[in-house]
Amino acid sequence: MAKQLPKRDLENVGLGVTGACVALVTLVVAALIFMVAQKGLSAFFKDGVSIVEFFTGTKWDLANTAENGLPYTGALPLIVTSFAVMVLSTLIALPIAIGSAIFAVEIQPKFGSKVFQPLIELLTGIPSVVFGLIGFHVVVGLMKSVFHVSTGLGILPGAIVLAVMILPTMTTLSVDGLRAVPDSYRQGSLALGYTRWQTIWHVVLKSAMPSLMTAVILGMTRAFGETLAVRMVIGGIEAMPTSLLSPASTITTTLTTSMAVYAEGSAQDDVLWALGLLLMGMSLIFILIIHLIGRKGAKARG
Amino acid sequence: MLDQAYSRRQFLGLAGGLASIVGLGLVGCGGSNAANTAAEGSAAAAESVSGEVTYDGASSFQALVETAAEKFMDANPDVSVSGSGNGSGKGLTAVAAGTVTIGNSDVFAETKLEADQVKNLVDHEVAVVGMGPVVSKNVNVDDLSLEQLKGIFSGQITNWKEVGGDDAKIVVLNRKAGSGTRATFEAAVFGDEAVDFKGDAELDKSGDVQTQMGSTDNAISYLDFSHFDDSKFNAIKVEGVEPKSANVTDDSFKIWATEHMYCSKDADEATKAFLEFMLSDDVQGKLVEEQGFIPVSAMKVVKDASGKVSAK
Repeated sequence: MAKQLPKRDLENVGLGVTGACVALVTLVVAALIFMVAQKGLSAFFKDGVSIVEFFTGTKWDLANTAENGLPYTGALPLIVTSFAVMVLSTLIALPIAIGSAIFAVEIQPKFGSKVFQPLIELLTGIPSVVFGLIGFHVVVGLMKSVFHVSTGLGILPGAIVLAVMILPTMTTLSVDGLRAVPDSYRQGSLALGYTRWQTIWHVVLKSAMPSLMTAVILGMTRAFGETLAVRMVIGGIEAMPTSLLSPASTITTTLTTSMAVYAEGSAQDDVLWALGLLLMGMSLIFILIIHLIGRKGAKARG
Repeated sequence: MLDQAYSRRQFLGLAGGLASIVGLGLVGCGGSNAANTAAEGSAAAAESVSGEVTYDGASSFQALVETAAEKFMDANPDVSVSGSGNGSGKGLTAVAAGTVTIGNSDVFAETKLEADQVKNLVDHEVAVVGMGPVVSKNVNVDDLSLEQLKGIFSGQITNWKEVGGDDAKIVVLNRKAGSGTRATFEAAVFGDEAVDFKGDAELDKSGDVQTQMGSTDNAISYLDFSHFDDSKFNAIKVEGVEPKSANVTDDSFKIWATEHMYCSKDADEATKAFLEFMLSDDVQGKLVEEQGFIPVSAMKVVKDASGKVSAK
């Protein structure tokens, strides 16, 4: 057999290749953040859009310009709608996710791992446009017939569609979280005379709390960032929502529908980048929260 | 060194690395090759063009461009024509910046670009499209004046009984700002006035409007003629004139736009050849009407960048 390269050289080659991979990823992330920040901030510093107006103004209209020559860039309606959709969908999905996780882990573990989990994983793989399509044709029609509204578009149908979409993420993570609770906890609790329900409520759920919180936050992050499915059922009107069934528009949907319209470098285009920067900042905050919870959980368990 | 043998894995890794570098190099050269051949093509006979044509812009007549591109590529196998429909604004900035060779637009370049950018572009008017208001099946209004349309789409008229219909709230389905259809409709109805009214929904595509109109009562929206669908909603008259292509050609039906294809002044041969093909009888004679558009040659009037209509 042929002579191998000396072991030391091989090691260096490996170090070089893996190091280059790390460098590439770091470069891409840094370049991405730099570009979005640079473009987004130029809306405020180059074009003179007021930051206060951006976060508190309620009139968003890029097609028309105000007396100062700038478009109307009050993003508050978009921010409010984004949060409303996110919170509402989490409120709908969370009880279902935790309930089914309890059933699948504590009550029928065999059914849980053999049938339920593959089923949920299947749901994860469905592309969001399919959910949007179902929302557009089924949920919107349902809204019309139940609430007798004219269009059936708005925050509520958006939240319902999103709830179905984030359900698999939240359920899978909740299941994992409950499974990670050591059996000795359950046995100890049962030995002390707790019923099964008391064990689940006071022992299992409590010690799984950090992972459940992570499940919630990850679900919320997905709800916050989801665009396509929401776009199809929300109505796309950039105005402060007056009810759950009045048409509205989230940050992401406004971004997708407006980004192809305005010329690069214009104030309108820069403001859209500022929205992108806002989205990125939000997801950064979500990730920070997850890290904090994880650290706290690790500390609590010793 | 050469006789020193390496393990199979090292050899494969090295060979793979080399292959990918060579591959990249080839792709890099490919671009300049195309440019070279295009330049040579101009010197040679005009019928054997080759090169790469790219376009971006309005989605409203993208289908027309795509169909024409397929026919053009059948006749000129050495040319590749490809592109996407990201909206008139993007198409115009892209062709001005030189990232695509053709920019498609529903509106004149003057309305979106700076004057010194427009200077370097050549306009090709390839088709005319008529657009008209559509109402839900349950609405028994079949004729609206431009003044009434203005009232409805500015939020001043909110009930169908104010325009001769039943007592029901008008549901206004708009298109997103930036849509060429909306720009055309508003230019015809509002002129230069700024519109501040958003309506009950803003939809992304003509197809979405079709679906929503089909399932919503008391609604009004607007579509280009090729998207009319009598089974789902009614197209109504404007100022007593039927929304028909024949009425657009003499401007008796007021809501219409010209579809533009812009290229830069120093465009390559392949791009010029493709644009010539778009204006040739092959496309203008048949394809344009098949796709629901009106050939420019059929028009008895022209519209300029400021929206003024004059006889040809």
